[in-house]
Amino acid sequence: MELIGDKNFRDVVVDAVGEEIFTCYQCYKCSAGCPVSFAMDMLPHQVIRSVLFNQKERVLSSRTIWVCAACETCTTRCPNEIEIAKVMDVLRQIQQESGKQAKEPKVPIFHKAFLDSIKKTGRVHELTMIRNYTQKSGELREKLKTGEWKNDVKLGIKMFLRGKLKVMPPKCGGVKEVKKIFEQAKEHKKA
Amino acid sequence: MKVSFFPGCSLEGTAREYGESIEAVCKSLDIELQELSDWSCCGASSAHSTNEFLSVALPARNLSIAERKGQDLVTPCAACFSRFKAAEKALTCESKVDVGIPFQGKINILHMLEFLCREEFSEDIEKKIKRPLKNLKAVSYYGCLLVRPPRVTDTEHWEDPQALDILISRLGGESVFWPYKTECCGGSLVLTRVDIIHRLNGRLLDMAREAEADCIVTACPLCQANLDTRQEEIGDKEGVSYDIPIFYFTELMGLAFGNKGVRKWLGRHLVDPRPLLESKGLI
Repeated sequence: MELIGDKNFRDVVVDAVGEEIFTCYQCYKCSAGCPVSFAMDMLPHQVIRSVLFNQKERVLSSRTIWVCAACETCTTRCPNEIEIAKVMDVLRQIQQESGKQAKEPKVPIFHKAFLDSIKKTGRVHELTMIRNYTQKSGELREKLKTGEWKNDVKLGIKMFLRGKLKVMPPKCGGVKEVKKIFEQAKEHKKA
Repeated sequence: MKVSFFPGCSLEGTAREYGESIEAVCKSLDIELQELSDWSCCGASSAHSTNEFLSVALPARNLSIAERKGQDLVTPCAACFSRFKAAEKALTCESKVDVGIPFQGKINILHMLEFLCREEFSEDIEKKIKRPLKNLKAVSYYGCLLVRPPRVTDTEHWEDPQALDILISRLGGESVFWPYKTECCGGSLVLTRVDIIHRLNGRLLDMAREAEADCIVTACPLCQANLDTRQEEIGDKEGVSYDIPIFYFTELMGLAFGNKGVRKWLGRHLVDPRPLLESKGLI
């Protein structure tokens, strides 16, 4: 286990979330209230400690940063006003920029499909986004193998019949401006 | 009364009945919703999980359009609301972020629930009630982003919010206490880790049942979708059967107001609420 990792890593996180992170006294309140802690391999208070110890690889390769549902319970209840949910955001951002495979690879693939949909049409088109996600994440292949695709098709048909699936992509007059925002965002990466 | 309206992407798809009921209810209350011209997606959790600039600039574009228009901005989606409020704070605080999009914070950003619960509408709402929701026992489900974190949402009661409970009582229904008002539904993990969604929503459904509620009332398209569309799967997994209708609060308002189209909205749900309402003599 690395004790002192990439010094620059901790600074990047602190710059983004504020110096309150140094005041963490490991009270576990974030971990106790986290609704998805059962699916995590590191609890939120451990992530904060690891960040302060500069353990870059340890936190970036964790499952925790991807199963975090961004519900903000930790941030809301932290007695020291540490923006814990924002720490998770920054870690997800840094991990995605690294280009390495995530511990939960489907989550960043979902984010990409979601953002690609915005970039293309200015708004999310649920059908296109889900199609891209299931193809690129390998979910489609998996479900074809296990037969689980039948459940998805069943649910899809039910939703379609109830008018809940918009077939045509949305029309947004602001697409050009949105594309420009995406171009600018490329220049504002963390690392 | 005129306000700028930001529907959000899901109102064009999975949350269609939310949009339809909002339109009907606002019409009844003489509120003119002016859809923000050329609005674009707020970026939701994918933007803030991926790139800080995107997470501010995507909502900022919409805030800027609304500010130019000079009217308060109302959105029915808890995620859009949360992203707008976070961007508002980022763009106007002391160490403000510059994304090259002007926004000075001169307009209010409101969630539809907060907006319709304003004191100025309370008399109108009471006058419009034709069919009180008698005997309907409901638990209020606020979820996460409508209330958390309070320094972003400016919510006064984030652990035990009251707006939905008060509204249900005002409409003649019975607001039942339960401890899961602000628990998480799992949000967008529904596509990537559906097992987590099953567990979180199974707990919510179990608690609603334990509280002896007839239904759950929401103010968020993602909460409604996660709770409504997965009941069969969760039931199959746990060997039980769930049949708990999940309403948008505006659907209950429209029902109490006797708005046309109520049956059509309710017909879009996966767990059909009509048998429950028929048994209570409400439709």
